Amino acid sequence: MNPAAYFRCCLGILAREFLRFLNQRSRFVSALVRPLVWLILFASGFRFVLGVSIIPPYETYIPYQVYIAPGLLAMIQLFNGMQSSLSMVYDREMGNMRTLLISPLPRWFLLTSKLLAGALISVPLAYAFLAVAWFWDVEPPYWGYLAVLPALLLSGLMLGALGLALSSLIRQLENFAGVMNFVIFPMFFASSALYPLWRVKEGGLALWYVCQANPFTHAVELIRFALYLKLDCVSLAVVAGSTILFLALAILGYDPGRGMLARKGGGE
Amino acid sequence: MTPALQITDLSHSFGERKALDQVDFSVKPGDFTVLLGLNGAGKSTLFALATHLYHNRSGSISVFGHDIRHHASQALRRMGVVFQQPTLDLDLSVEQNLSYHCALHGMARGLAKQRIEAELERLQLADRRHDKVRLLSGGLRRRVELARALLHEPHLLLLDEPTVGLDIASRGFLLDHVRALCADRALAVLWATHLIDEADDKSRVVVLHKGKVRAHGSVPDVVAAAGADSLKSAFQSLTGEAP
Repeated sequence: MNPAAYFRCCLGILAREFLRFLNQRSRFVSALVRPLVWLILFASGFRFVLGVSIIPPYETYIPYQVYIAPGLLAMIQLFNGMQSSLSMVYDREMGNMRTLLISPLPRWFLLTSKLLAGALISVPLAYAFLAVAWFWDVEPPYWGYLAVLPALLLSGLMLGALGLALSSLIRQLENFAGVMNFVIFPMFFASSALYPLWRVKEGGLALWYVCQANPFTHAVELIRFALYLKLDCVSLAVVAGSTILFLALAILGYDPGRGMLARKGGGE
Repeated sequence: MTPALQITDLSHSFGERKALDQVDFSVKPGDFTVLLGLNGAGKSTLFALATHLYHNRSGSISVFGHDIRHHASQALRRMGVVFQQPTLDLDLSVEQNLSYHCALHGMARGLAKQRIEAELERLQLADRRHDKVRLLSGGLRRRVELARALLHEPHLLLLDEPTVGLDIASRGFLLDHVRALCADRALAVLWATHLIDEADDKSRVVVLHKGKVRAHGSVPDVVAAAGADSLKSAFQSLTGEAP
């Protein structure tokens, strides 16, 4: 197989994921409504309860909705990543996954292309959210809209890779409820998405360590800093490292010799 | 002549359960081979192993001399597959589904267009190309899956219970078309089924029962060796169960 064949294959996978996404308009709407409900209802209610002091990357006191906007951007990507995990499980049950896996191209390449497609799909969603959030006083510098793009892509890749790794472990569609309870909620709440970590530290040191170790915290901070034209190097390193780790786990999970498919006889 | 599909001493188990036990047979170019077995005989496990979904525990599977474990890419590009479960994207059109498959094989756009055109014509699907798969009947969906499996011009075609749930006319169309491909293109076909009448006298048959090959050869030979008067009674005497 020559490089052009790889390119065409990757393009085909991207095209298919976009077509599927366009065909599922309700998915687009619900992916957007979820963070907007948090921004408009939750943040409005809590702005009087939670004060946010001046913390980097902000240079002034900020209203609460400005603080949680990056966390909600990461939330879009978290759900998108898990949704693509759901689609892998669904695909496998429906047999679509097998269409992908009988391609003569290497499996790692097929899975990475699928991951890239998922991350790219989350980008227009994130910008649609930012456009609406502008009316709720979330107004980052103009260049911030551009600077946040690589951060969104990288965090989208990390969360997508996590979803992919989980999908290789899950055999039943019903288990997605477990993913919600054991992955999405703990990751989201034990992070800096809703409250700054110094507040968590005041509450309890153990929880603070958990939040620090949570890669989702670093995805949120990477996005937050990029949106305000700054770079958080630690977050960048953690997000990049986690992406590689999760992707390696996913590739292992779908390996014909080692993965769960081989042990449990998926596709039977 | 190198066999299109060579299965040698293949065994596989899931935990304690032995799904395949020392399976041995081959399919030559131009052969229409029926893999005959009841539900649970091990047909789907055999297909999962032959399509590299997961590795076999022992024995080997090779496609035109390429071992599936070590040269998966070489083997997979020579193979077309129609799975038992529906594998089409219901919300995409017929043409979009076919284009996706071409992309997965790294085919250039011009060539893909040409092949899609030809297969749609051949399978009498040209006027439904823009329809979403969801709108097609079960028989037409199967035809799309067959068209898709042939797009990259494989020399070996694997079909796992392709006629399940189809009416008599759709079943006949599919069987006639695949038999014609064997004759015209010297395509090697492995057709898994539990429906005994899908094996005619010109077919070869592999009787698989509880993970073991009970008989293998041309239909008249298998019938004669079992001392029976039909494939149905041969199957009964070989497996102790009615097909």
